[in-house]
Amino acid sequence: MSEKKLLLKVEGLKQYFPVGRKKVTKAVDGISFEIYEGETYGLVGESGSGKSTTGRSIIRLYEPTGGKIIFDGHDISGKLSKEDERYLRTNMAMIFQDPMACLNPRKKVKQIIAEGLEIHGLCKSQEEIDQKVNDVLDKVGLSREQATRFPHQFSGGQRQRVGIARALVMNPKLVIADECISALDVSIQAQVVNLMKDIQDEMGTTYLFIAHDLSMVKYISDRIGVMHLGHIVETGTTDEIFANPIHPYTKSLLSAIPHPNPIVEKQRKAITYNKDEEGVDYTAGHEHVLTETHRVLATDEEFARWSGQAA
Amino acid sequence: MAKVKRDKNERVLSIRDLSISFKTNFGVVKAIRGVRLDLFQGETIAIVGESGSGKSVTVKTMMGILDSNGVIDSGSIVYTCKEKDGTINKYDLVKMSQKDIRYKLCGKHIAMVFQDPMTSLDPTMQIGKQIMEPILEHENVPKSEAAARALALLDEVGITEPEKCFRQYPHELSGGMRQRVVIAIALACDPDILICDEPTTALDVTIQAKILEKIKEIQTKKNISVIYITHDLGVVAKVADYVAVMYAGRIVEKGKINEVFYDPRHPYTWGLLSSMPDIDTDSHRLFAIPGSPPNLMEEIVGDAFAPRNPYALNIDYREAPPMYDVGGQHRVASWLCDPHAPKVELPEELKVRIAKMKKEAGIDE
Repeated sequence: MSEKKLLLKVEGLKQYFPVGRKKVTKAVDGISFEIYEGETYGLVGESGSGKSTTGRSIIRLYEPTGGKIIFDGHDISGKLSKEDERYLRTNMAMIFQDPMACLNPRKKVKQIIAEGLEIHGLCKSQEEIDQKVNDVLDKVGLSREQATRFPHQFSGGQRQRVGIARALVMNPKLVIADECISALDVSIQAQVVNLMKDIQDEMGTTYLFIAHDLSMVKYISDRIGVMHLGHIVETGTTDEIFANPIHPYTKSLLSAIPHPNPIVEKQRKAITYNKDEEGVDYTAGHEHVLTETHRVLATDEEFARWSGQAA
Repeated sequence: MAKVKRDKNERVLSIRDLSISFKTNFGVVKAIRGVRLDLFQGETIAIVGESGSGKSVTVKTMMGILDSNGVIDSGSIVYTCKEKDGTINKYDLVKMSQKDIRYKLCGKHIAMVFQDPMTSLDPTMQIGKQIMEPILEHENVPKSEAAARALALLDEVGITEPEKCFRQYPHELSGGMRQRVVIAIALACDPDILICDEPTTALDVTIQAKILEKIKEIQTKKNISVIYITHDLGVVAKVADYVAVMYAGRIVEKGKINEVFYDPRHPYTWGLLSSMPDIDTDSHRLFAIPGSPPNLMEEIVGDAFAPRNPYALNIDYREAPPMYDVGGQHRVASWLCDPHAPKVELPEELKVRIAKMKKEAGIDE
């Protein structure tokens, strides 16, 4: 791990939203993780766990309440200088969940993809823009004729390819994929995931892959962070999380994955996890280090109990 | 074809040669092209397929909520229902007007749970009232009794504080709770058939498991028949007794769940099973079915799956395959099952996976 170059470091990131006059929702409450160059970091959790908020705070769609985000040597938390903002916008891109809602219906696919290049003035001539758009279309498996169509003329899988093309055209270092396959059919999901893997092999892109489907995350991620209620409760390499889950929430998530095996599946019951019943207080816990990469958020007593169960 | 009765139970629904098309500005879309399916009392069937394969259209017809530009070209859907007084009535849903279906059958005998729990609840109405609504509409009972039943239903679907929930509004509940409420409404009049249209796609995995277990529990208790519509084979494996795989408006493979999952015969089913991510395998590439579903606006010659099928035979491009009986209740619409067809082996990866699944399940080859 250590020889790899650190690309993104998130330290104690907090994202609070005011609700009404006095209340505050702590969507993300002090999380820390790091992403190395060329890897895929999967962020999983149920809805409301703050995984999407984390992604959006990193790309600065929100103003983070506290904490530090270091992206490739640039501090992108707090107020952004013009330079840093430009660096952030051109080197980090996002793929959104709903491929229909995130594409402007009145623009042609080509215009949608080229928009980033035009705004940042990255190309000197129209030919250069065309060239780049055509290259990226080839990469995501769309034909050049399709570039003159509108988003509504595409199927769901193709639209998501347009979304990916738009994210990749700037040749970003980090791509944040926010539930980018949840809205697609199973057979199309596989196509999109394979495409993302191929692009990574070819271009060395780094992904922050946000999803609630653990089985897909297993396929694509090198390391996984499990989020619950604004905290990362467990993080580790994919093998560590799947082979040796410590935190009860991780265990319940793993047990909830349906297996396509009727006889086994009919008898299996998912493990339930209730934070209050277990008496777990995330703010009281601190990180326990199991291996260099595997960390669990727990108090000493909880850690002893959970790791005892696992053994 | 010899008829094998699936169970000793009675048949509640039988669909025969159903064809439905939609008239649009761009031409006629043939959404359903000859579907035949049976549903028996107390059984769970799952209809699996991609979006656009016609699974939702099939059940919408049963509920009488087919879009206004939809036309039923041919076929019948016969629903056999036992009234409370013991008389047996048969309805052909195709011949009934949509209005009639809605007045006589919907809610009372056939109920549906929709995909998105937020859009299927009325945001301006208290939960309790929404559950009482179908009871008051269909049965001649006093309000107090309806309220009592609504409370009991809330308890039954696993809501911890039914009294509190009774007075809440949909926006105050979480996604899982809302879906439970929707299920409670569907169950309000003790239906014979419960249709679940992707009931858990909008929910998280942890909640999904709970909801599915709940539906199953209620089903066994009340002995109702359930139709699941889904594209998630994991969900199918968990709940279904019988599976029908749909592709481009046709059923390409159907059979008991064990027959289809442990001995799939249609290349499309192979593709679906292979593209499921399996948490136990270490392969770093997912199998993907190449291409995309056909445009149903155009006339389909031969097998609709042929262009995406690496095992396609010449005849696949000329003539649509008939349903082959491959033993038990397993039926497959693929020329590969013809006695004259060349022998095609399962893809290697799938073979390994099925062997492993069988081992886990304790079945010997």
